[in-house]
Amino acid sequence: MIHSLFLINTSGDLFLEKHWKSVISRSVCDYFFEAREKAVEPDNVPPVIPTPHHYLITIYREKIFFVSVIQTEVPPLFVIEFLHRVAETFQDYFGECSETTIKDNVVIVYELLEEMLDNGFPLATESNILKELIRPPTILRSMVNTITGSSNVGETLPTGQLSSIPWRRAGVKYTNNEAYFDVVEEIDAILDKSGTTVFAEIQGVIDACVKLSGMPDLTLSFMNPRLLDDVSFHPCVRYKRWESERVISFIPPDGNFQLMSYHISAQNLVAIPIYVKQNISFFETGSSGRLDITVGPKQTMGKTVECLVVTIHMPKVVLSANLNATQGTYNYDPVTKILLWDIGKLNPQKLPNLKGSLSLLSGAPKPEENPSLNIDLKIQQLAISGLKVNRLDMYGEKYKPFKGVKYVTKAGKFQVRT
Amino acid sequence: MSNNNVSYNEQVSLESGVDAAQENSSIPASVSGGLFSADYKKNEDLKEMLESNKDSQKLEAMKRIVGLIAKGKNASELFPAVVKNVASKNIELKKLVYVYLVRYAEEQQDLALLSISTFQRALKDPNQLIRASALRVLSSIRVPIIVPIMMLSIKEASTDLSPYVRKTAAHAIQKLYSLDPDQKEHLIEVIEKLLKDKSTLVAGSVVMAFEEVCPERIDLIHKNYRKLCNLLVDVEEWGQVVIIHMLTRYARTQFVSPWREDAVFDENSEKAFYDSEEERKVEQVKPYIMDPDHRLLLRNTKPLFQSRNTAVVMAVSQLYWHLAPKHELNIITKSLVRLLRSHREVQFIVLQNIATMSIQRKGMFEPFMKSFYVRSTDATHIKILKLEILTNLANEANISTILREFQTYVKSQDKAFAAATIQAIGRCATDISEVTDTCLNGLVLLLSNRDETVVAESVVVIKKLLQTQPSQHSDIIKHMAKLFDNITVSMARASILWLMGEYCEHVPKIAPDVLRKMAKTFTSEEDIVKLQTVNLAAKLYLTNSKQTKLLTQYILNLGKYDQNYDIRDRTRFIRQLIVPNEKSGALSKYARRILMAPKPAPVLQSAFKDRDRFQLGTLSHTLNSQAIGYLELSDWPAVAPDQSVRIVEVVEPVKETGAPVHGKSKPGKSSEKFYSDSEEEEEEEEEGSSSEDSSSSSEESESESESEENSDDSNKSSSSQSDSEKKKKTLKNKKLQQQKPDGKDRKQKNGNAVKGESRSESESASESSSSESSSESGSELDSDSDSDSGTDQKKNTRSKPVQSTLVTKQVEKKEVSLLDLDDFSPAAVPSPKSSILSPSLLSDLQGLSISPTQSALQASSPVFVPETSHELLHRMTGKGLSAQYRFTRQPCIYGNSMVSLQLTLSNSSDQALENIHISEKSSTGQNIHRFNAIERLEPQASVTVSMGVDFNDSTQAANFQLCTKEDEFSVSIQPAVGELLLPITVSEADFSKEQGKLLGMNESSATITMTPENVSSQSVNRKVVSVANLGVIPSSQENIHRFAGKTVSSGCLVLVSVALKDPDAVITINTERTVMGSMLLRQLKTALTNSDP
Repeated sequence: MIHSLFLINTSGDLFLEKHWKSVISRSVCDYFFEAREKAVEPDNVPPVIPTPHHYLITIYREKIFFVSVIQTEVPPLFVIEFLHRVAETFQDYFGECSETTIKDNVVIVYELLEEMLDNGFPLATESNILKELIRPPTILRSMVNTITGSSNVGETLPTGQLSSIPWRRAGVKYTNNEAYFDVVEEIDAILDKSGTTVFAEIQGVIDACVKLSGMPDLTLSFMNPRLLDDVSFHPCVRYKRWESERVISFIPPDGNFQLMSYHISAQNLVAIPIYVKQNISFFETGSSGRLDITVGPKQTMGKTVECLVVTIHMPKVVLSANLNATQGTYNYDPVTKILLWDIGKLNPQKLPNLKGSLSLLSGAPKPEENPSLNIDLKIQQLAISGLKVNRLDMYGEKYKPFKGVKYVTKAGKFQVRT
Repeated sequence: MSNNNVSYNEQVSLESGVDAAQENSSIPASVSGGLFSADYKKNEDLKEMLESNKDSQKLEAMKRIVGLIAKGKNASELFPAVVKNVASKNIELKKLVYVYLVRYAEEQQDLALLSISTFQRALKDPNQLIRASALRVLSSIRVPIIVPIMMLSIKEASTDLSPYVRKTAAHAIQKLYSLDPDQKEHLIEVIEKLLKDKSTLVAGSVVMAFEEVCPERIDLIHKNYRKLCNLLVDVEEWGQVVIIHMLTRYARTQFVSPWREDAVFDENSEKAFYDSEEERKVEQVKPYIMDPDHRLLLRNTKPLFQSRNTAVVMAVSQLYWHLAPKHELNIITKSLVRLLRSHREVQFIVLQNIATMSIQRKGMFEPFMKSFYVRSTDATHIKILKLEILTNLANEANISTILREFQTYVKSQDKAFAAATIQAIGRCATDISEVTDTCLNGLVLLLSNRDETVVAESVVVIKKLLQTQPSQHSDIIKHMAKLFDNITVSMARASILWLMGEYCEHVPKIAPDVLRKMAKTFTSEEDIVKLQTVNLAAKLYLTNSKQTKLLTQYILNLGKYDQNYDIRDRTRFIRQLIVPNEKSGALSKYARRILMAPKPAPVLQSAFKDRDRFQLGTLSHTLNSQAIGYLELSDWPAVAPDQSVRIVEVVEPVKETGAPVHGKSKPGKSSEKFYSDSEEEEEEEEEGSSSEDSSSSSEESESESESEENSDDSNKSSSSQSDSEKKKKTLKNKKLQQQKPDGKDRKQKNGNAVKGESRSESESASESSSSESSSESGSELDSDSDSDSGTDQKKNTRSKPVQSTLVTKQVEKKEVSLLDLDDFSPAAVPSPKSSILSPSLLSDLQGLSISPTQSALQASSPVFVPETSHELLHRMTGKGLSAQYRFTRQPCIYGNSMVSLQLTLSNSSDQALENIHISEKSSTGQNIHRFNAIERLEPQASVTVSMGVDFNDSTQAANFQLCTKEDEFSVSIQPAVGELLLPITVSEADFSKEQGKLLGMNESSATITMTPENVSSQSVNRKVVSVANLGVIPSSQENIHRFAGKTVSSGCLVLVSVALKDPDAVITINTERTVMGSMLLRQLKTALTNSDP
């Protein structure tokens, strides 16, 4: 399926290549470079590029292009999903997925790629199986290895590979047994000029950090499971239980993982925590404009809105901004044309305001469109949908684990049109 | 094209330049201190390192070589030095050598042959990982000479015990096929064999091989179709995608179309499918009956909509799109919309597929219209796709919303997107006649926009719109003519000129003026504008020659000498056509009709209109052109082919060999442990009632044992047919729930294939070991070697599937009764087991007929033997070996002061375990009587042995090492205090006498409040003897119960009396061992106050 993989950085250097079948010359990437040039922004590079003899399927992540070469028909999502999995594995192993870390760990990267695909077909993508086959690098281990000459490579087949629960490692042992669940909800919304909601939905995920010994069998139940109408689960979750009883029953992977994600699209359920009063205008003459933004709380369920940031992608003609913020700091980057206003905590008594003038490139026509505002915020201890975890039960092991649930609401793609 | 080539070459040279630079700069960087300056010297150095005899040096060298390979540099000259290390013991070094070999073997075929024998040897290695990786490399090195060896190895590996090796074999099939397609016939044989494999691990890979090698051999699938459907949920995600695509293709050839007009489904039918779809359909006298296999596929793929893998969700979506009845399609929508939150690239593909779907079925996505609203932060190609979908979704009802949204988009800073929006507005205008005028007016307003691209696009779209109804819009044309001077985009200028020419009769005054202006600027115009100018001139010449004759002449003269040959051609052609001269033929007479012919209006339609000719979710669909290797989705057959081809003679339990390792998985076991208390008690209750009602007891036990067998298997078969039975099961479970609280937990196990199945398997294993002749336990008694027990076990495991298949046939018929009885099986199984395997045959008889009153008469034999086994070693920690122990409560035959234990060892790996024994050293100093070493334990087999431990009357755990040939596992047995006793019988008088001696600090007592159900003498007796191995002393007083026993090691008396004073009870324990006394008291307290049955 996947024939070869090339990693290319944003400046167009090809810094790693791996072939799973016979070698394909790296000149095949020229078609990619062509498309890359045409697209201008790296985001705009088309994911699928046909060439006379091959097809290139590309993802762009962490400033790296993963360019895979395909020779025959294959579901493109198959390849895309796999490439993202590769990037996630790198992140998992090296802490971040960047050109430097990949170059520094090129041997491990190569060993990983060798294990993940056989003849272009995925072989082992579950991170705990990989970690048994190839141990992630740590400073301690690399020191021990140089002294003792032992290796990073597992000698036996990881037990998970053969079991029906490949996501869990065998023989897990902790002195402190703990299980934490973070309910993270992101509000995706588009508000129009007048502040009315054009579109709003909630994207939720439950991230788990489970450090439990042995083979625990967990059951997580909600106070109001009916809220969730569209869910997707980690493979460990027993779907039939969910269907019949609306509880999440699973044998967890060891460590951090995403248990489930859900989607609440019914608009009346989505509370919009803040409102934005804005007035951005550009004058016909004088190459200048005015900006006045006020942010205030709307439906915050009594919690405080934190980490409030307003980002504005200004039109190209805006040269500089001379503003005055009653709270927080603002920064205008004249190169990227991004105005960033970091407000911090929202104080309902004294609403933060940003006001002042913008100066434009003289002689240029005034911009057609007012830039839209992207809002970022965080509300602790609140799931905006009202979702609540009822209880977590553990079967199969005797000890009493420490359990914790945390709720956070964030702004996802939260946009205010002006 | 020529342009392309130039840039291509440039890039190559640039590339190589960069490369060379890197080469030079990297040398000092990678070799410390810059000792070596030239490339070949560096390789010399690597060679030296490879030839050193230190593994660390070699490893270092290999790591650097892999670094070179990763950068795409040539390291082929090191081949001889590297290949020597292929047999290295160091596994990491070996792996890196493998990487190198696979990369360069093709170039150095002769040398590569040197390594072959090493792989052949490794193929026989006992370690499955080594076998598998040897096969991987052997099949990857692409040296044609070794094709026969590869073929042989693949055949061998396809029958390997390890599913992992079989999976590797499936991958190797594709490699061999691409190396030598002539092997196809042989490979198909292997594929056929592997398709029958029941391991979920193999399924995905072999279907992949099937798709690559012989996708046309659809007949190979028939027999495996149902199995694949049932396995699908458990296959790893990548395999799921491949299998789903293959099954889609299969279904389209085997089933009739569910899309027929007359196939009207009523709303409830979907729910009823689980019951008995066929019946239902027949009842309704519907002309279309869906093949049950077709339904099976749809039903089994449905849970995959919830997968976290986007490729799986997309695959199921396309399966539903291509196979499901139209009214069931709505399930696709939500899942696909959910994927839109994923990565940019995923969005792109999903949106493309939604675009195709939304053309055919607007209704599906209309409720989610707002999910396709565009954000300013989206990438351009995403924006354009969303726009496409919004346009597809537009109808009379929502057009105003959509147009309002479009208004925002038109103002976008992303001009390419703004232009696309204008086209979308144009499409809406033609599609929905109500808004045509509104759209046109809006577009005209855009003509005064400051941005050129917006204006130009508007002009082009207006041109297209006007073509449909030109007469009413002469004012728009006039307006455009006015704007003409300000528009610089050539396409827009050309469009206006074309409009003028085409409708010059509507604007007779303006058109000549425009031509006049064009004549002035002709030379500086773009080619496309020049062409349209010539056109305009020609048309005006024909309609209004009086005013424009000279102008036309002038323009034609300019065009005649233009640099562009197209324009020169056109000019010459037009001149001949319209200006009559002696040379011009008959054509000029028709000039007017040629040039002014009414032209059909262009149809504005979606770019995705014809994409549905490709299967959704495929590369071909994305590219809108057939990719290499695309397999056409056939049309539904008019008449369904024979359905019986899919019938497999016996419905085998699916996961019998499915995942051997988890045969006795921990969850199964631990859950057993978890629930066992209640089960045990339940069993007792059963017995209690049967003793009361003794006449029916024998009958009951008989039916019970029968049902236990059946239900055991029904558990197993339920995993294969789980879905078809699901509904019934839940029904059943509801029933169970009413019966007892435990039912709910049981249901959970059923719902979950892993747990439920592993549980049943472990049960069946224990059952089979118990049903095995008692000769085995006899041999243990004689302390013979267990050499034959291994083979016995083997036989046993082989016979198991047969047995179960027999029963599965019955399952269907007997279902209801079976499922009810399912409940009792775990309780009923162990009792014969314990009796047969316990060392003392005499007391066995008692084990079989436990009845408290009866056994009290017997001296020094246990009143009650608990069935609870405790885990000693989990299969995960034990690398496949698992061990459980239970207390037999028999006097130990190995020593008077020892506690007798029974150990059940099972092998859940896929290799035989050899030489299982307890190591000599015991860490805590207890005296342990070891069982005889078990020479060999076959996979999936289990063996029961007995051993003795002298706990010294202490509850301190006995720690020892359980060893196999390769490994050692530290395990420990922690006895409950009640197990450190042996029952004795004394007369009531003696009891009182002894009790009198043990007063003061030797006595401990407690008052408890009894729950009403514990008050009966039977329940008190039962509770006490289940906690501690005590004998019941017949009592003359009804409200006092007495029990007696002695400690195993020291033989101290332990006297327990329970005096009932409604509602309280006083427990008194008299013993010299006060510590044990108080521990026992605590346990009795909890046992007697617990209210559960």
